Amino acid sequence: MNITVCIKQVPDTSEVRINPETNTLIRDGVPSIINPYDLHALEAALSIKDATGANVSVLTMGPPQADSALKEAVAMGADDAYLLTDRAFAGSDTWATANTLATAIRKIGFDLILCGKQAIDGDTAQVGPGIAEFLSIPHIAYVSKIDTITEECVRVHRLMDDGYDVVESSTPLLMTIVKELNSPRLPSLKGKIRAKKAEIKKISNSDIEIKENDTGLPGSPTQVKNIFAPESKKDRKTIEGPPPDQVSQLVDILRSLKCI
Amino acid sequence: MDYFLDEEQQMIVDLAQQIAVEKILPVRAELDEKEEFPTEVIKAMAQADMFGLFVPEEYGGLGKGSFELCLAIEELSKKCLGISTSYAANALGTFPILLFGTKEQKETYLPDIAAGKRLVAFGLTEANAGSDAAGVQTTAVKDGDGYILNGTKQWITNGGEAEIYTIIAMTDRSRGPRGASAFIVEKGADGFTFGKKEKKMGIRASTTCELVFNDCRVTKESLISKEGMGFIVAMKTLDQARVGVGAQGVGVAQGAFEEALEFSRNRVQFGKSIINFQAIQHMLSDMAIQIEAARSLVYSVARFVDSGAKDITRPSAIAKTFATDIGMKVTTDAVQIMGGSGYMREYPVEKMMRDAKILQIYEGTNQIQRNVIGQSLIRPSVKGK
Repeated sequence: MNITVCIKQVPDTSEVRINPETNTLIRDGVPSIINPYDLHALEAALSIKDATGANVSVLTMGPPQADSALKEAVAMGADDAYLLTDRAFAGSDTWATANTLATAIRKIGFDLILCGKQAIDGDTAQVGPGIAEFLSIPHIAYVSKIDTITEECVRVHRLMDDGYDVVESSTPLLMTIVKELNSPRLPSLKGKIRAKKAEIKKISNSDIEIKENDTGLPGSPTQVKNIFAPESKKDRKTIEGPPPDQVSQLVDILRSLKCI
Repeated sequence: MDYFLDEEQQMIVDLAQQIAVEKILPVRAELDEKEEFPTEVIKAMAQADMFGLFVPEEYGGLGKGSFELCLAIEELSKKCLGISTSYAANALGTFPILLFGTKEQKETYLPDIAAGKRLVAFGLTEANAGSDAAGVQTTAVKDGDGYILNGTKQWITNGGEAEIYTIIAMTDRSRGPRGASAFIVEKGADGFTFGKKEKKMGIRASTTCELVFNDCRVTKESLISKEGMGFIVAMKTLDQARVGVGAQGVGVAQGAFEEALEFSRNRVQFGKSIINFQAIQHMLSDMAIQIEAARSLVYSVARFVDSGAKDITRPSAIAKTFATDIGMKVTTDAVQIMGGSGYMREYPVEKMMRDAKILQIYEGTNQIQRNVIGQSLIRPSVKGK
């Protein structure tokens, strides 16, 4: 079985600051990490590899320095690493990114594609399902448990707001993974040594021949009109004290507002 | 200080630090409180190849030496000495096989040890054989094609959790220390059971237990080296491991120092952070001086051990003694700087102080180390350096 895991290098949002003028992330000096949800997807792939001997490829689209994320994935146990990088891909929104990744994945070949449920920088959760649509294969989002997985089909739990669905699908398919599925492993020393020497296969626009209007800024229908922070409502009051006192204070407030 | 680590040594430090921060830090207080063996942490360390560090590549390890092992032990010890003790005791138990084992013994045991699939423990100490290690009373009597072991080992780290035990027993009591031999005994062997699990002052995430041999039969292939070599096997093993105990001293001291430093920057008394008081500054400075001196010594001795030097007894004893005395002193001072907070279990330094005490006691008390150093100075042929 060939498993492709899509990962994204993101700024570590626990250390990130916002530029108050442009309302965008200040990325300078912020450490880059593998998107945490993608680590759960990678762990899922590596667990399947441990059990079945599957081949695990990791793929990322980004600038040349994103190869450090791929090397980290190799240190954890991924077999092959692909970096999709080209100036033509720059500025891609989720539609163009999904399209570009799908085109590359078609070239690499796959039985199963795993993604994190979303990236912690953009939080859109669109690229995973988008790839599946471009490849015309089924997808299951928010996978929290894998019951069975064979060459032909999978049976998994899909996490919902009010419980979970048990879903079966034929392969090939794409799944997006939530953190409840597993706990990502640490890299190993042998993996780190291997990663140091590992070849990161670069894929450029000339390798996948995606149309100019399907990738990068020209291929992105998203138009950002304005970025702003929601207005903070200063009129806030925090109720403190032991819970019984808090309750009586809350009741008084609700009464004074004629809510009850 | 930059110790000019090469790329792979830096990887080892980074990975050990990642294990310490991500896997050990969140559970250390609970493991200490509940006196629980760190099964999950050990699993994570095995997956990260930490147990293969010092095992030759031909047996599935990474073929690194004492220096790299010290780097790993130091990082783990910064966060929990109990867990680093379980890790280091595994190395201690493995050294007899590594240093003296036959090719068959190495092929049988080292791959599993390197993969972290089977933990190892070293069994020398007994009720009447502590500092006087030659007082071993456990016997191994030749019987046909094998040996029959009888006796009780005491205070054995990893006892009960380990699958492989390297045991020192007397094959010929009339010959004193020259009548001791070393054996490999596997968990589950007939007549091999575990006695009392000890309740300890510190390193409570490690397990310490009695090993009971009651007509326990082992094959002649279990003998390490030759009959009568047991005491030499034990002494060479301890020589090899001792610098690692020094690395534990450096690690726990560094961990406590960092806590005390952070605390003294934030704790305000008399209108300013207590780090602004010279009394505190001087204590912190002394800690920094002592830690760096201990680290330099441990690293130098570890590199000396890796050079293949023949007589490592005195340098190992020097490194162990100095670095563990520093470990005790610095952790005690960290509690002092943090005052009432330091004494409370809410902060980690009281645990570090409780943990550090064992370093001056186990693998040869620091008084025995000074005897060893002193003995080596008596002979006129020794130049004193």
